[in-house]
Amino acid sequence: MSLRIETTLEDHRIARMAAVALGLAIIEGAIPSPLPGVKPGLANIVTLIVLSRYGWRVAAWVSLLRVLAGSLLFGNFLAPGFFLSLSGTLLSLLALGLAMHLPGRWFGPVSQSIIAAFAHISGQMIVVYLWLIPQAGIAYLIPVFAAAALVFGTVNGAIAASFMANPRMQGFKV
Amino acid sequence: MKLPMQSVFRHIKPGDWLTMCIGCVVVVSLALKLWNGELADKVVIKSQGKLYREVPLSRNQRIEVPGAMGISLVAIENRRVRIASDPGPRQYCVRQGWLKQAGEIALCLPNQVSVELVGNHRRYDSLNY
Repeated sequence: MSLRIETTLEDHRIARMAAVALGLAIIEGAIPSPLPGVKPGLANIVTLIVLSRYGWRVAAWVSLLRVLAGSLLFGNFLAPGFFLSLSGTLLSLLALGLAMHLPGRWFGPVSQSIIAAFAHISGQMIVVYLWLIPQAGIAYLIPVFAAAALVFGTVNGAIAASFMANPRMQGFKV
Repeated sequence: MKLPMQSVFRHIKPGDWLTMCIGCVVVVSLALKLWNGELADKVVIKSQGKLYREVPLSRNQRIEVPGAMGISLVAIENRRVRIASDPGPRQYCVRQGWLKQAGEIALCLPNQVSVELVGNHRRYDSLNY
């Protein structure tokens, strides 16, 4: 007897989007980083697009699935790196939930992306400080992380904005 | 012909520039706040003019330092140091609280105990030259 789980159209959409985000995360893993923790966060481009097209709930599903599946693929499930990703993602989702209510006439995905990037690094710093390295020494690196968040947040937001504004991509369902 | 950069800039809305500016202010103020001054590495504890111990800041601990009047208690916690207790009458060094940055110093004059934070290389100030 086979067990059949009923899946909705939305489940399929979430799975497809999470798979795209996962692909970007894996590509990004191949890029060497000057400092552990400084990453472009390309998968967040998918989160931004999903947020604007399908809303916060679907975006939360996609990014949390990406963190979970990514940790299984990279082999760090329940390791410190996993909790760093998770705390960063949770905080940036909360920030996105607030940032999405900024007036759309003035604020676009670039603002959302920058705000989410700062929230992400804050979430990671909280875990680093409270659990991994409870010392002030890490504070020395915070400006570097913040600068990276600003730069990559802007770039990712601009990529997401131009992707969504491109008429050839309008009908493109990932 | 249109450059790709121009088309990217077109999608940045006025409020986005504002967000970027706020982000820049945050980064700069974090750098100013966290990079002003050298981080301390170790504590130099002196008693009655002589070096008593040099202790790294990395481990939390409490050290009893014998002085002219009795025992001064030095506490190291989270890369900070303070005099936790001292037999002196006015308690200035205890009330000075936590020392964090290289060059900061707490003196317990009656008990002739001093605690100084130093970094990798000692900087000049009005006490040491």
